[in-house]
Amino acid sequence: MSRTRTERLVNLVICLLSTRRFLTAAQIAATVPGYEHDPNDARDHEAFQRKFERDKAELRELGVPLETGTASVFDAEPGYRIAPREYALPDIPLEPDEAAAVGIAARLWQHAGLAAAASSGLAKLRAAGVDVDPQATLGLEPMVTVDPAFAPLTAAARDRREVGFDYRVPDRDAPTRRRLQPWGVVCWRGRWYVVGHDLDRAATRCFRLSRVVGAVRVTGDPGGYQPPAGVDLISHVARWSGPVERTGRATVLAAPGRAAGLRRWAVDVAAGPDGDRLVLPYADPDSLASQLVGYGPDVRVIDPPEVREAVIQRLKEIAVRHDELAVAGGAR
Amino acid sequence: MTRPAARGGSRASADRLARLLNLVPYLLARPGIEVAEAADDLGVTERQLREDLELLWVCGLPGYGPGDLIDMAFDGDRVTITYDAGIDRPLRLTPDEALALVVALRMLAETPGVTNREAVERALAKIEDAAGDLVGAPVEVRLPADTRRVEALRAAVEGGRALRITYYTAARDETTERTIDPLRMLMVGGRAYVEAWCRRVEAVRLFRADRIDAVTELDEPAVVPPQARPHDLTDGVFRPSPDLPLITLRVGRGERWITEYYPCERVEAGDGDHWLVSLRVTDLAWARRFVLGLGPDVTVVAPAELAEQVRAAATAALDAYARPAPAARQGAPDAAAPPAADPAVAAGPR
Repeated sequence: MSRTRTERLVNLVICLLSTRRFLTAAQIAATVPGYEHDPNDARDHEAFQRKFERDKAELRELGVPLETGTASVFDAEPGYRIAPREYALPDIPLEPDEAAAVGIAARLWQHAGLAAAASSGLAKLRAAGVDVDPQATLGLEPMVTVDPAFAPLTAAARDRREVGFDYRVPDRDAPTRRRLQPWGVVCWRGRWYVVGHDLDRAATRCFRLSRVVGAVRVTGDPGGYQPPAGVDLISHVARWSGPVERTGRATVLAAPGRAAGLRRWAVDVAAGPDGDRLVLPYADPDSLASQLVGYGPDVRVIDPPEVREAVIQRLKEIAVRHDELAVAGGAR
Repeated sequence: MTRPAARGGSRASADRLARLLNLVPYLLARPGIEVAEAADDLGVTERQLREDLELLWVCGLPGYGPGDLIDMAFDGDRVTITYDAGIDRPLRLTPDEALALVVALRMLAETPGVTNREAVERALAKIEDAAGDLVGAPVEVRLPADTRRVEALRAAVEGGRALRITYYTAARDETTERTIDPLRMLMVGGRAYVEAWCRRVEAVRLFRADRIDAVTELDEPAVVPPQARPHDLTDGVFRPSPDLPLITLRVGRGERWITEYYPCERVEAGDGDHWLVSLRVTDLAWARRFVLGLGPDVTVVAPAELAEQVRAAATAALDAYARPAPAARQGAPDAAAPPAADPAVAAGPR
């Protein structure tokens, strides 16, 4: 965009930072280059007002804390100023290793919008005199990816605003409309969730961000609710996907050299004339069965009977289904 | 109706304005910096930086006389700000900037195996402090992993030597011994990986930490061939390429979850509760194990070759169950009961 506009905006920032008095639009127009106009010419004046409104909006969007007030009780017209204390980044005395960590953090984002925000944030730290070693590494770096719903939901949680969104669960046919007071967003095992008070269910719920369909609608006013004090967001997500104890033991017979995936977590392997006998720890017989079925004829369950039966039942259904398919020439 | 274009233009102008407001304090903190070095550091061309400086030079305090304007001294290729007109500090962080830095730092602090976690935590505390209320955005991160395994791998990678690994390849259900020259370690979607040149396949490969069953550091240094390039992981670890076989499955309601866990090319509503799901697979043997493991409410629609493999594997497995089973475990309470005659099998196909 035009150099003159940028120049005008830089001058406006400098002017408003340097004044203690609130300056009215007219005073600003008379001072800052680029706002010259004839206040008595209605069209010219209107053009100035539009230009000034746009400029104010741009400064606010950039995060410039533009204060509004009147210079004295006799002034009816509002004026503007920028308090240097509000404008300036506070001192952040980062040690070199801390600065390096921030530099690494800033490049982890794979999401364009957040990557841009991280790098402009880092640019401010460097402008404050922080030197960032671009070669630094922490040995292992996470790639940070987020779903599109991340930005609107974190903003809504921060501002405590109610939201609405469509939520699709794969075993349902259509997305359902949900209304939520979001408390916060959680990353658990690489997936993102929002936790909050579900207004329709009148209960605490967590939602997977990847299942949010379309845009998040911000429906409430800022500060519309108060999350419970000291809420542990992670616990609401982790409760549903925590680790399981594998206390069961199944014995299977694996063809020599096959079923490498099972051998890795067998607690005992004994070679025999019919193949290798593996003892596998498990938690849920059904999920063990589905895993064993994957190996087809390479693996045969010996014990316990419930796993054996489950495997045989599954194999039969699969065989029937694919037999029909072969007969019907794949018509289904 | 020119809004979108105007917004785009406004974006570029906002970016430049932000850069200019940063530039004065940046240079103020580094008197006598070379223009080229500053440009490189700020990620702009030298020409762009000079244009920015020219613009700043005509900006300043009201009055706009020689003593009011931003001033700078050039000494050859070096620049020093001699008058800052009051913009001696960068602008505070916006809520988005604070969020992006804080969440990324929390991610780093939570990553198992990070070398200087303590520095990350100190940096996080300082940034949170500087951002003040802005970090009211409650974002929590937890990346559970086998920390000891990851740390051992990281130490091995940092050792700078070639590694001999025992690696399980799920796609082929095989465990192999490989010699690799590590490039880096990274964490994607909650999982740790070693990215390395694999001498066996002569290509860069990602090795999942939880599938590396053993590591030995070799006496020779890791030598990564010049043609080796790290993966572009923007779209995740597995990026199906169009030359891989495409399979189409008819899946019931209970197995629709696969559309969330595997990158699918197409998901369409089928008859009844069924969905038709098409995805690319690295090879058909994996697809066979995958389909068998998914269970009864999944049918292969295409290719016919896969459907036949699934049918053949299921039938062969059932045949094996129909034969007398080998003796049960010694000492097991049910050892005497022969589990041979299985009515479920007898009623099965063929």
